[in-house]
Amino acid sequence: MATVTDPPKAEFRLSMLIYDTRYRSMTIQVVALIGFLLLVGFLISNTVQNLATSGKTVGFGFLTEPAGYDINQVLIEYNNQNSHLRAAFVGLLNTLLVAVLGCITATVIGVIIGVLRLSPNWLIARLTTVYVEMFRNVPVLLWIVFAMAILIETLPAPRAFRGDDPEATMKIFDTVAITNRGVYVPEPLFSRSLGDIHLFGTSSMNFDISLDLLLIIAVVVASIFGVRAIKRNADATQEKTGKRPTTWYLTLGTLVVPLLVVLVALGFHLGYPELKGFNFQGGTYLRNSLIALWLALSLYTAAFIAENVRAGILAISAGQTEAAGALGLRPNRIMRLVVLPQALRVIIPPLISQYLNLTKNSSLAIAVGYMDITGTLMGITLNQTGKELETLLLGMLIYLIISLSISALMNWYNNRVKLVER
Amino acid sequence: MSNLHADTVAFVRDTMLPQKEPPASTVGLLGWGKKNLFTGPFNTIVTILCTAFIAYVLWMLIPWFFSPTWNATSLGECREMLTAAGKVGEHGTSGACWGVIRERWIQLLFGFYPAELYWRPILAFVLLAPALAPVLFSDKVPSKLLIFSAIYPFLFPWLLWGGTIWSPICAALGFVILYAVVKYGSEAIGQLGAIIAAVVAAMVWWLFLSGYVQDGLASVIPLAIEPVASRDFGGMMLSITIGVVAIACSLPLGIVLALGRQSDLLIVKSLCVGFIEFIRGVPLITLLFVASTLLNIFLPPGTNFDIILRVIIMATLFSAAYMAEVIRGGLAALPKGQYEGADSLGLDYWQAQRLIIMPQALKISIPGIVSTFIGLFKDTTLVSVIGLLDPLGLSNSIRADQAWNGIVWELYMFIAALFFLFCFGMSRYSMYLERKLQTGHR
Repeated sequence: MATVTDPPKAEFRLSMLIYDTRYRSMTIQVVALIGFLLLVGFLISNTVQNLATSGKTVGFGFLTEPAGYDINQVLIEYNNQNSHLRAAFVGLLNTLLVAVLGCITATVIGVIIGVLRLSPNWLIARLTTVYVEMFRNVPVLLWIVFAMAILIETLPAPRAFRGDDPEATMKIFDTVAITNRGVYVPEPLFSRSLGDIHLFGTSSMNFDISLDLLLIIAVVVASIFGVRAIKRNADATQEKTGKRPTTWYLTLGTLVVPLLVVLVALGFHLGYPELKGFNFQGGTYLRNSLIALWLALSLYTAAFIAENVRAGILAISAGQTEAAGALGLRPNRIMRLVVLPQALRVIIPPLISQYLNLTKNSSLAIAVGYMDITGTLMGITLNQTGKELETLLLGMLIYLIISLSISALMNWYNNRVKLVER
Repeated sequence: MSNLHADTVAFVRDTMLPQKEPPASTVGLLGWGKKNLFTGPFNTIVTILCTAFIAYVLWMLIPWFFSPTWNATSLGECREMLTAAGKVGEHGTSGACWGVIRERWIQLLFGFYPAELYWRPILAFVLLAPALAPVLFSDKVPSKLLIFSAIYPFLFPWLLWGGTIWSPICAALGFVILYAVVKYGSEAIGQLGAIIAAVVAAMVWWLFLSGYVQDGLASVIPLAIEPVASRDFGGMMLSITIGVVAIACSLPLGIVLALGRQSDLLIVKSLCVGFIEFIRGVPLITLLFVASTLLNIFLPPGTNFDIILRVIIMATLFSAAYMAEVIRGGLAALPKGQYEGADSLGLDYWQAQRLIIMPQALKISIPGIVSTFIGLFKDTTLVSVIGLLDPLGLSNSIRADQAWNGIVWELYMFIAALFFLFCFGMSRYSMYLERKLQTGHR
């Protein structure tokens, strides 16, 4: 009969920290942590020493000092006596403007190109392949600089519009002027405007929101809800009686009439650009730098989105298309009702990173002189105040926050549309 | 039933009919066109519109492309030549001005690198092929060439930057020391101890000793080629230099980061995740600003190292974070059984990674890895923003030149074509590699 003895009690020896797998992970982690802290300490001590020798101090006080430089493209009130913080805020809004515009157009172009690449028509498929390869294999900075150069060099100067027999004329019923300084489009004006809301009082982040715009948005949203209600009613009637009532005129009316009423009530009219002196006055002025950046970023990102869309559609088995075809659906309805809803689940995650990439690439604005956050905070403010450390850290932090918010938002959406598995 | 049928039918064919050609409308060009271009009225309209579009583009492009301006020395001269050739359109002359390419292509390729030393970068990039061949085409090239691949990383900077031959040799000696201590020390003090000792010895060599040894050797046997300063680097050569070095360094770093992110060790994992998320959250251009303005503040006072080296470090860190995510995808796609199989064979962590996990994970992630490479190569153009003269940086100075002020299409098309060539080549290679490594079970 075997006697059961206690297993030998292992004494803890120092060598077990290395050779015993139970303790080794602890050792590695502690060593990694110590190494990391040493590295950080090394960097910080160097920084302190270097700043001391160059006589600089660390502090964010410079943000409240007057910036002293002008920004050519502003979305909110700004003059060169405003603080650096205000300038950075203007830059941030410019970044967000081009990012939002770019994401919208890139998605539209990308989805169209991606779907067309799978077209049964050989020519269409080849043409879109050429587009995708052309944009994917050439640096985005080149596209941006290229677009800027084309806009400046090939478009007519404002003076070409002058005279009785001008070299260039305004496009679309004399309302849009395309010049080498930028594009002037009619601006919406309200003769009975409701005024603005002033947010954040007189702080450097103060922000005006147009009440007119808010009202219009509210009305449009309400109309969309109305349209949905009409559609629900129609569905219910169809369920009950088997006949679908004709609703298109109701839908159209709900969409258009309230908007028209509001626009008339506000006294909506367009302000047209006019040639005065050396340049155009009035209208909304889109700078070349904005257009070049917007155009290049959206065309470039669209090529990547097209590939994502194509991969997403190819991931849906051909049986789905065939089954839908067997039900008698037409090709475009198959795409809209059967393939795309399923493909979206494959497409959305890479789409998120494309949006992120576009937003980060918008920092290349500095190459064409569009004043985004890189141009203001990490460009002129850095050069004027000499605060490299603070401005760069702040700029990186802002980009990090933008990136994390985009991915959080899109992940939330992704979770909403993803397949519910049971 | 069938018997009955055979009996009652008066005539049954007893010979096969000869095979017939398929109908003319389904084969050849006609059949192909019918199937791919004219399947229905809608498709036919689309085809006609597309053809019209292509024809229009070619109609505009071809006469523009073939223009007799190869020898022009300024834009004005170009326009005169075009006018003389009768190429005057509605908005002035129309035609490409290739003079700018003829005059500046060397600059676009080499920047301000001394003209008599062009053979050095050319040799360096030509030698890149045999150095890469045993890695890229391992089945077609004898593996003895791998020795050259090991030497090449030291040869490459020496050829480009020049200077004494002893500096690459001394740098290489550090690796020899590392290897020797690990090999011969493991019997004496155990494997882990030997690795630690080797790293310490190599560090001591690189940081403290090699400088003196190098100077001593250089004064005794002065073998040197003419040094070239970093500010003379430029053009495509600069892009390729930054791209190649950053690509070569970012893959191993990315693998380490990916493994760190997958690891069970909480602190290691959070360090890796923090690094990856931080790098991926900020644009490369901010990191390049850090390289150009801030890196010197972080380093010990008095250190001032080369701007190209700083850019390479930042580009490497940047693409390593992306690489780590790509490889993490590959690791995640690997069936769990592979990990368990490795464990059941009694392999330790590193053996399992080296022999079983990594080869498969890397194979899965080839497309992602190559797109990261392509992205990195394209991103080298960003150095023009911090003042290095890559092709884009040079294009600005060319366009600012009095003679070529106003040139757009030819210049950018040339640069774009250069980049397209490299990036498209890389993507085709990745497709080849995928096919080669395809093991059939998917």
